[in-house]
Amino acid sequence: MSDITKQSLSELVKNIKNKKLSSTDVTKAFIERSEKSKELNAYITEDFTSALDKAKKFDQKPNLDLKLPGIPMAVKDLFCTKDVKTTAGSKILNNFIPTYESTVTENIWKEGAILLGKLNCDEFAMGSSNETSFFGNVQNPIDKDLVPGGSSGGSASAVAGQLTPITIGTDTGGSIRQPASFTGTVGLKPTYGSCSRYGIVAFASSLDQAGPMAQNVKDCALLQEVISTYDSKDSTSIDFKRNQYSKELTNNIKGKKIGIPKEYRVDGMPKEIEDLWQKGIQYVKDCGAETIDISLPHTSYALPTYYIVAPAEASSNLARYDGVKYGFRAKGENLIDMYEKTRSEGFGAEVQRRIMIGTYVLSSGYYDAYYLKAQKVRKLIKNDFDEVYKKVDAILTPSTPSSAFKIGEKTNDPVSMYLNDIFTVPVNLAGLPGISIPAGHDSKGYPLGLQIIGKAFDEQNILNIAFAMEEKINFKNKITDWWIK
Amino acid sequence: MSIDLKTIKHISKLSRISVDEKRAEKLAGDLNSIFDFIEKLNELKTDNVEPLTSVAETTLKLRSDEVKSKNIREQIIKNSPQDNEDYFVVPKVIE
Repeated sequence: MSDITKQSLSELVKNIKNKKLSSTDVTKAFIERSEKSKELNAYITEDFTSALDKAKKFDQKPNLDLKLPGIPMAVKDLFCTKDVKTTAGSKILNNFIPTYESTVTENIWKEGAILLGKLNCDEFAMGSSNETSFFGNVQNPIDKDLVPGGSSGGSASAVAGQLTPITIGTDTGGSIRQPASFTGTVGLKPTYGSCSRYGIVAFASSLDQAGPMAQNVKDCALLQEVISTYDSKDSTSIDFKRNQYSKELTNNIKGKKIGIPKEYRVDGMPKEIEDLWQKGIQYVKDCGAETIDISLPHTSYALPTYYIVAPAEASSNLARYDGVKYGFRAKGENLIDMYEKTRSEGFGAEVQRRIMIGTYVLSSGYYDAYYLKAQKVRKLIKNDFDEVYKKVDAILTPSTPSSAFKIGEKTNDPVSMYLNDIFTVPVNLAGLPGISIPAGHDSKGYPLGLQIIGKAFDEQNILNIAFAMEEKINFKNKITDWWIK
Repeated sequence: MSIDLKTIKHISKLSRISVDEKRAEKLAGDLNSIFDFIEKLNELKTDNVEPLTSVAETTLKLRSDEVKSKNIREQIIKNSPQDNEDYFVVPKVIE
């Protein structure tokens, strides 16, 4: 039984379809491992009893035509799950039980998967290390006291630690790709409009996207195929022809033109990252693709733009937490006092900081100087990508400027924490798809990722490039199960 | 640019987040370092640039305005921190 959790999603699906394994076998195995892995703090809410019931029910009348037949899966606690507590990592939603299901999770259950539980994340997905969660930080299975990245830190930790065969995260500025890079896993941020935002606790609505986090590219493609649907309940959902990503997956990328942007060679970037990038360039060449030096001149303006746009949208989205209709309420002497105390006690420090930045940049007298300015620069950043995509099919960059750091290392300096997302943020601002794949280790043995950025709606292409590179890289995650006593 | 304590108090009021003196000082420090970093945008001339409001370059689809979830009052009220059967309850606003 013990080797069940070592299997990839694709292997598990095959074994359930061949009746070599039952959903109950698989679900039990992941529950047992999750039970032994409490020290990782990957879960906020466990739903194991109900998961096992659902698995038994599935086995009584298995529908083996489904894409995820009887597969247990834990998901980031930012997705509303009907009748299962959804906290967004915040005290203010500590007791919130949604009355409806997010479209993305609905799609997953429709294909036969079973909810294992809800995974830890930075509060309202605001963070790069999972340290802003009200439910405590998450351990990276790679090493003790190492952050798993964020905001989808619990998701990354759970996939790398094999507590779930696969999962979903959300990515507003890098929250899928950065933790994937920190944990040696694969993470895809789809094109804006590809996956419905309905039922996902909102952070920054013009940037938020849900996406798969997996052990390998093929699994990632399969989950993307399931979660990406047009949804009339999300006004920014886009009705385009979606590929059968896993079926159409190919390692043939001969003749593809891959751009190497010089602006991603940032000051102070460790040599290990530069070396990894060079290796990546060699890998894509070995696969028959051609690399072309390109320029994305406004790259260094992406983070400052993001730290206006995202907090502005967040301050507006989070205005709904007033202690009246749901969530935490503090006692107040009058209505206004109740609002102010509820929000002061209910939100953590990082969330309050971002609400305040957002409120300020939207406030009277500052709107043009900050918010409008940022929207204009956002246009320039998008134009950069539009321009290079006349010449190239995809772009190859490092995923992060460093490997995972220690818990507590960056908590006192918000700007140094924000710099983590320097390579991922431009992709969200331009609404493009990006995938991070594990590509090597640094001298400490920590994983490092490479990012492939695609044209809008061209997920298939970046999945193919990632698939071809994955074969060449032959990455093996170094996980010792140190947390299992 | 510098954000002083008075500005922090003003933003705190607009945000409906109460902030005591000690926190206000910490916040002023944090916000100043973040805005120093944001100021970089002023290097760019953007007078003739159209602001990007949405990356999804599609016109919004219209749909008929129909009620899709019915009889969910109980479910909705259930999540309220304080309710009175059919209503959300808040501290008294009229003397």
